[in-house]
Amino acid sequence: MALATRTDRPPSLIGSVWRSTVGKKAVMAVTGMIMLAYLVAHVVGNLKVFFGAGEFNHYGHWIRTVGEPFLHYEWFLWMARAALGTAVVLHGVAAYQLSRRDLAARPQKYARKRQRASYATRTMRWGGVILGLFIVWHVLDLTTLTVNPNAEEGRPYENLVASLDRPAVTAFYIAAMLALGLHIRHGFWSAAQTLGANSARRERVLKFLADALALVLTCGFIAVPVGVLTGVVS
Amino acid sequence: MDLTLRIWRQRNAGEPGAMTTYRVTGISEDMSFLEMLDHLNEELILAGDEPVAFDHDCREGICGACGMVINGQAHGPERTTTCQLHMRHFADGDTIDVEPWRAAAFPVVKDLVVDRSAFDRIIGSGGYVSAPTGSAPDAHATPVPKPVADLAFEHAECIGCGACVAACPNGSAMLFTSAKVVHLNVLPQGAPERESRVLDMVETMDDQGFGGCTNTGECAVACPKGIPLTAIGAMNREYLRATLKGGRRR
Repeated sequence: MALATRTDRPPSLIGSVWRSTVGKKAVMAVTGMIMLAYLVAHVVGNLKVFFGAGEFNHYGHWIRTVGEPFLHYEWFLWMARAALGTAVVLHGVAAYQLSRRDLAARPQKYARKRQRASYATRTMRWGGVILGLFIVWHVLDLTTLTVNPNAEEGRPYENLVASLDRPAVTAFYIAAMLALGLHIRHGFWSAAQTLGANSARRERVLKFLADALALVLTCGFIAVPVGVLTGVVS
Repeated sequence: MDLTLRIWRQRNAGEPGAMTTYRVTGISEDMSFLEMLDHLNEELILAGDEPVAFDHDCREGICGACGMVINGQAHGPERTTTCQLHMRHFADGDTIDVEPWRAAAFPVVKDLVVDRSAFDRIIGSGGYVSAPTGSAPDAHATPVPKPVADLAFEHAECIGCGACVAACPNGSAMLFTSAKVVHLNVLPQGAPERESRVLDMVETMDDQGFGGCTNTGECAVACPKGIPLTAIGAMNREYLRATLKGGRRR
C-alpha cells in the first residue's frame, strides 16, 4: 500500500495575514504609515502657497514631470496615486472588517462603564469616516476640479484660493484637519505597537513623535485656509 | 456601612437578566467585596431567595477565579482582584453597580458567573512547552539571563482572570494571549515552539470570537497583575516574525 501523499498546502502568506486580526492590523499600520509619509510631503508642498502663485503652480507642474526623461509625463504622479488609492482602500476595508468584529465581540454593553481611553482613541472610527469623506471631496474639488468654482486646469493656486473663499468649505476643511490630527495622534503610536516596534523604553519617544506629527501636520494644513481667510493668500 | 447594590441577576444562559437592587446594612469596612456579597447571600437565603452566584476560589488574589465589573471597572476601583478589594474603598450610603464580564466569548452562565473556557482553549493551542516528562531537570541545566527571567516572570504573573477582556471595548483577549506568548517565547525552553505557539494562539483567539486590539490600553489599566501593554506589541512582533519565517514549519 502506498503512503498517502500530503496534498494540503500551507496557507498563503497574504491569506493568513488578512484572515487574522493581528495581520489585518499590520495591513492597517503599513497603509497608515504610507499615507502619513505622503501627508508629510503634501504639507511641505502646500506651504509653498505662501510664496505666491508662480512658485506654487511651478511646483504643481513639477510633480507631473518627476522622473523625466526615464518616466513619461505624469507617470510618477499616477504611480503615487495608485499606491495611495490602494492604501486608502485597504486601510478602510480592514478598519471596517475589524470594527464589525470588535462590535460583535461586545454584544451587551455595561450598565455603567468608566471611560478611560483618550478622546483621540475613541474617535478613530468616526474620525476615519470623516477623513474618508474629506478625501472624496478634496479630490473632486482640487484634482478633478468637478466641484471647484474656478476649475482651471494647470492653475492649482487660483483653484485653491477660489475653493477656500467659500466659508462652508473652509469650515469643513479645518474640521477634517482636526480629525486628521486626532487620527494621527492615536494612529502613529498604534501602528508602532501593531508592527511590534513599541517597547517600554521607546513608548514615550513614540508617543511624543505621534503628538509632534499630529500637531505639525494639522497646523501646516490649517495654515492654508487660514491664510486665504485672512487675505495673506489671495 | 449601609449600601445599595445593583446586581446583574440572570437565572441561566438562556433567560434575559436585569439589574436588581438590594440593600445591605452593617457592612464592615474590613470586609472584602466577596465577604460583603456573602453577607448579602446569607440574608437572601434566610429570606428564601436565590443567592447571587459568583466565581471565587483562593480569595488571596492569586487564582484568577473571581472577577466582576464594579462601578464600570473590572475588579472595581483598586488595582487588585475582587477578593482583595476591601469595602474601605467605598463610602457609607454608596450605590454600587455589579455586573459580570461582558464579552461574546464569555457567555454568562448565571448572575455574575461567566464561562471563561475560551481562555483554556487559547492556552491549549500553544500556551505550554512540550517537554519529555521525567525527573525534574537541574536548575542550572538551561542558563537563563536574569533580565530574561524577570521579563518572563513579569508576563507569567497573568492569572487568567479575564479583566482585560472585560475592560476592553472590543472584548479583545490580546493582553491575556500576549502575556503567555511573551512568557514562553523569551525563554530558551519555549524557543523550539516559538513560531507555532504565537500563530496557533492568535488563530484560536480569533476563532473564539474575541475582538481585535485598538490600543485603547484599558486592559493594562484593569489588569490586577500589572501585565504591561508592551506585551501586546511584543506578541505582534512575534506574530509578524513567525509569519515572515514561513509559518509553522511543518
